[in-house]
Amino acid sequence: MTINLTLVLVAAALLGCGVYLVLERSLSRVLIGIVMIGNGVSLCFMVAGGPAGRAPIVSKGGDTTGLSDPLPQAMVLTAIVITLATTAFVLAMAYRSWQLNGHDDVQDDIEDDTIRRLALRDVTSEAYSATTSDYPGDDSSGDHGQGPDDDPLAADAEEMRSQ
Amino acid sequence: MNSLVPLPVLLPILGAGASLALLHHPRIQRWLSLAVLGSVVAVAAVLLVQADRHGPQTVWIGAWPETLGIVLVADRLAALMLLVSAIVTLAVLAYSVGQGMTEDEEGAPISVYHPTFLVLVAGVANAFLAGDLFNLFVSFEMLLFASYVLLTLGGTAARVRAGTIYVLVNLLSSTLFLISLAVTYAATGTLTLAHLAERLAELPDHVSMMIQLLLLTTFAIKAAVFPLSLWLPDSYPTAPAPVTAVFAGLLTKVGVYAILRMQTLLFPDSPLTDLLLWAALLTMIIGILGAIAQSDIKRMLSFTLVSHIGYLILGIALDSRTGTAGTTFYVVHHITIQTALFLVLGLVERRAGSTALMRIGGLARIAPVLAVLFFVPAMNLAGIPPFSGFIGKVGLFQAAQLDGSPLAWTLVAAGAATSLLTLYAVAKTWAVAFWRTPREAHEALEAIGETVGGAVTEPVPGHDTRAVHQHRGHVHTAAGTVSRRDIEEARRLGDDNEPDRDFYTLIEAGDDNRHSPLGMLLPAAGLVAASVLLSVIAGPLYALADRAAGDLHERTPYLSSVLTEEHP
Repeated sequence: MTINLTLVLVAAALLGCGVYLVLERSLSRVLIGIVMIGNGVSLCFMVAGGPAGRAPIVSKGGDTTGLSDPLPQAMVLTAIVITLATTAFVLAMAYRSWQLNGHDDVQDDIEDDTIRRLALRDVTSEAYSATTSDYPGDDSSGDHGQGPDDDPLAADAEEMRSQ
Repeated sequence: MNSLVPLPVLLPILGAGASLALLHHPRIQRWLSLAVLGSVVAVAAVLLVQADRHGPQTVWIGAWPETLGIVLVADRLAALMLLVSAIVTLAVLAYSVGQGMTEDEEGAPISVYHPTFLVLVAGVANAFLAGDLFNLFVSFEMLLFASYVLLTLGGTAARVRAGTIYVLVNLLSSTLFLISLAVTYAATGTLTLAHLAERLAELPDHVSMMIQLLLLTTFAIKAAVFPLSLWLPDSYPTAPAPVTAVFAGLLTKVGVYAILRMQTLLFPDSPLTDLLLWAALLTMIIGILGAIAQSDIKRMLSFTLVSHIGYLILGIALDSRTGTAGTTFYVVHHITIQTALFLVLGLVERRAGSTALMRIGGLARIAPVLAVLFFVPAMNLAGIPPFSGFIGKVGLFQAAQLDGSPLAWTLVAAGAATSLLTLYAVAKTWAVAFWRTPREAHEALEAIGETVGGAVTEPVPGHDTRAVHQHRGHVHTAAGTVSRRDIEEARRLGDDNEPDRDFYTLIEAGDDNRHSPLGMLLPAAGLVAASVLLSVIAGPLYALADRAAGDLHERTPYLSSVLTEEHP
């Protein structure tokens, strides 16, 4: 099977740019990334369909040589329709997010944050210090209360907050 | 040729259309959805009997010739999954009808609920029946799109936030699926599973390995196998209770089903045992450790869901008839149990106003029925004999022991540990949410409030003089190096989705929801009863699972039924 190099290169470029955009925080940029990836994948299907040929319309007993493969084209059509629906849905979600928050950034998991903070509190609880006094922020050299900066976990939380 | 095969997909789709047309007649809409799902249960039951007696039932849609057509296949495994999913979705729909009727939500969001739910059911059924990869992709898209809508129902801030992550992760996995489809088609020129089964074997090893890994990654995202599981606990808990229930029960299992089908039918010569065993091990252990750390019951259950996917992967990884039989039985058990737990949890949330462990307590005395309904499936989940969870785990451990490799034995140990840790997680939940009194819960919560109130303002050096607040073993707080800002912010963040008052204050003010409507209670109780029934009929069910596993590993029943239909 011969491969059309142009199609492969264009697909690779689209996928690469798409992946870069998907890594952004703003949902509308992510959406553009997804659309680019979707188009790149559609091109992959054109590559998979082999070389271009005549339109695949066959009369009874007609000549079938040199026809292009219609199956990947049917699949690409399905994929394009799905990408369209996806775009509409994600756009609606980005708009709703903008309505609610004034921005459309993808946000962190709130519960995860909370649990992390709970863990932080556990580390400095009485039960903990009774058994493990060698914790860096919890030894008896008197550095309690110098703020969260001395405590690796707390510093972690501090860093998380500043993001 | 069996004209019943397409019905589990067709009925819900047509029902969804009719249901959309009936937007302004919510009462008819409800009865229609229930009738549709009821008939899907009946059709699935008939299909299971036929598949079990006469071998796989197939239909080439539109009677297209050769590879061009779309084939639907209902073999023992597919029909069994179809029946279980139909029963579970019927229960969930009945539950949400009960909820909708009492809460008087006849506005816009609920009117799209029924059509969307039916599309979801059609997508799940289509995924089980699909006889070619592209049809599988389309069914994934059907159920995913329905799930996007259900997850963001109402468009509140929390749901949009959780929905964003869910949608993006699933879009990426769908893209990956499309890429693997393109690669597969380029390499073999077909996407029909039966043809692929023959042609993939003729490919060079590295090409078929690439296709296998691509498909495996795609399905592992859907099935929430570690390390591709991190999206799940974040997105599931915010949805309405019946939605979370049906997602937790079915969507990940569709991914597991796809992995099972792919590994047995397409790549029987390349079981990837070690890779999958490691994935199973990590999924189990990391999932359950996450569950233990949670302070919200819904999130705790979402993590146990991830963890127990590990058991299913274990059975698939072993690539033996006993392993596959164990997985098949465990899937049936886990779909029922996980859905039942989330439905009961919806009732708990309704009664106590929250599912955050810090805010509720005393439900065993206040709502004994709910307590029993939660206790039975929770113990079943942990694998306490004589429940089906125990039987499923024993089956899987037996398969691992037959395999006999050191890694398989490690998996037995990890599985047992996971089972114990699940018991710990649900027992802790039980003790905190059901056993202590609401007053104790309130005092413990107050203790945290006190710390925030002022005890930490002046840090005191040395252990002895530090202010300590300790309350009945559950919440330890101490004035230490934790800055006041941290706790305040943790509370503020945690409170976003919660009402201002905890269960105790609700009771004191007489504002709690005293009755659980029968429309919600009965479906939940029915599903719990079904999960107990699974233990009663475990013998015949396990035998059926074993026959299904036999079919999968022989491959000929599937292949001959699909390929002979082609040239009658």
